[in-house]
Amino acid sequence: MDIFLIVMGAILTNNILLTTFLGICPFVSGVSGEYASASGMGMAVIFVLTMTIPINWLINHFVLQPLGVGYLSLIVFIVTIAFLVQIVEMFMKQFLPALYTSLGIFLPLITVNCAILGGVLFAIPTWNLGFVQSAAYGFGGGVGWALAIILMAAIRERLRFAPIPEGLKGPGLALIIAGLMAMSFVGFSGMINIRDFGG
Amino acid sequence: MAEAKTMAIPTGASVQAASAPAIPLTQQLPQTKGWKELVRDIWDDNPTFRMILAMCPTMGATNMAINGMAQGLATMVATVASSTTVAALRNVIPAEVRLPAYMIIIAFWVTIVDIVLRAYMPPLSAALGPYVPLIITNCFVLGRAEAFASQNSPGLSALDALGVGLGFTMSLTLLGIVREFLGFGSLFGIQLFSGWTNWVIMIIPAGAFLVVGLYVGIVKHFSPGGQVGGGS
Repeated sequence: MDIFLIVMGAILTNNILLTTFLGICPFVSGVSGEYASASGMGMAVIFVLTMTIPINWLINHFVLQPLGVGYLSLIVFIVTIAFLVQIVEMFMKQFLPALYTSLGIFLPLITVNCAILGGVLFAIPTWNLGFVQSAAYGFGGGVGWALAIILMAAIRERLRFAPIPEGLKGPGLALIIAGLMAMSFVGFSGMINIRDFGG
Repeated sequence: MAEAKTMAIPTGASVQAASAPAIPLTQQLPQTKGWKELVRDIWDDNPTFRMILAMCPTMGATNMAINGMAQGLATMVATVASSTTVAALRNVIPAEVRLPAYMIIIAFWVTIVDIVLRAYMPPLSAALGPYVPLIITNCFVLGRAEAFASQNSPGLSALDALGVGLGFTMSLTLLGIVREFLGFGSLFGIQLFSGWTNWVIMIIPAGAFLVVGLYVGIVKHFSPGGQVGGGS
């Protein structure tokens, strides 16, 4: 039951993009202009976030904490993320070539997507979730991010030929649409609080 | 063109205008390469409103003016330190592994900034939350290291990073001022009106998106032609 609540909470009440502002750059740049690339990026984020949070959890609990070197956590987390993205990329190229080609450039870019490091920082030091719960948060967080960027791409495709003031074309309008989406997500706030599941 | 810029946002224009006549060194200083880099990075290539980079802290840490300014200054310190380090080591780091090396240098400096903030300014550190550690994935920090510091001397790289950092601090403080004024009726924690009705929308995420979107639109409307990027 916990797991289900955490996944739903990560998608709706603690949406990583619309309530904590993580991973906004691809959201307002070209990626969200097209439905196909938005869903590709969304899939890649789900995949990497689901993998990195549990692995960083293991490293944190079995290496960093016992050795008493918690202050190294930022450096270790970012290096782990970079390594994992590299490994996922090689694995996919070898065994899932179709998915690999469809994701293209988005996979390596994920290393510097702050949704990943942000998700790790929320799940491990901030909320102190357990192992299974942090994996659930990783999956839910990825799905929530993908949901937001796919919705945004769908809206922007509809607006492609709309008469928009010159200055607002592109990022300006994308940010305002995101504001309206965030407003609707406020309706979910308070239903589930992931913080309560932490230790 | 210059006039259009002056009209755009007074703060930015005054930064540019003040740079030329105000200082006694005016005869040589504006001509130096370092000064040009500094001014270009503050306004023409402003990371937030022109390049649309580093959006996460821009929104997450600007519900109060003081938070925006602190986040901007923390980012500036980390950028200057990492750019200088990268420039000093530019002939030592092999080209093949330069990106992981830069990431580790940046992570090192951000860790130091985070620990210093936690030790000396605990309330501020708590208010900013994970946005200080997230400076690591702030794309212009890596961007300045890769695009500028890897090919220039430490001194020039420090000035370049300082310009980006100042431009970023300026943008974040401006956003914080608007959001705090409408959201709480106060500025830098000082209550301006009694009986002000708080605009809750400005404090929650939705307000951040709306204010940044309008700022970007206004800047682009009054001074078009700036590059609009968008990275990570």
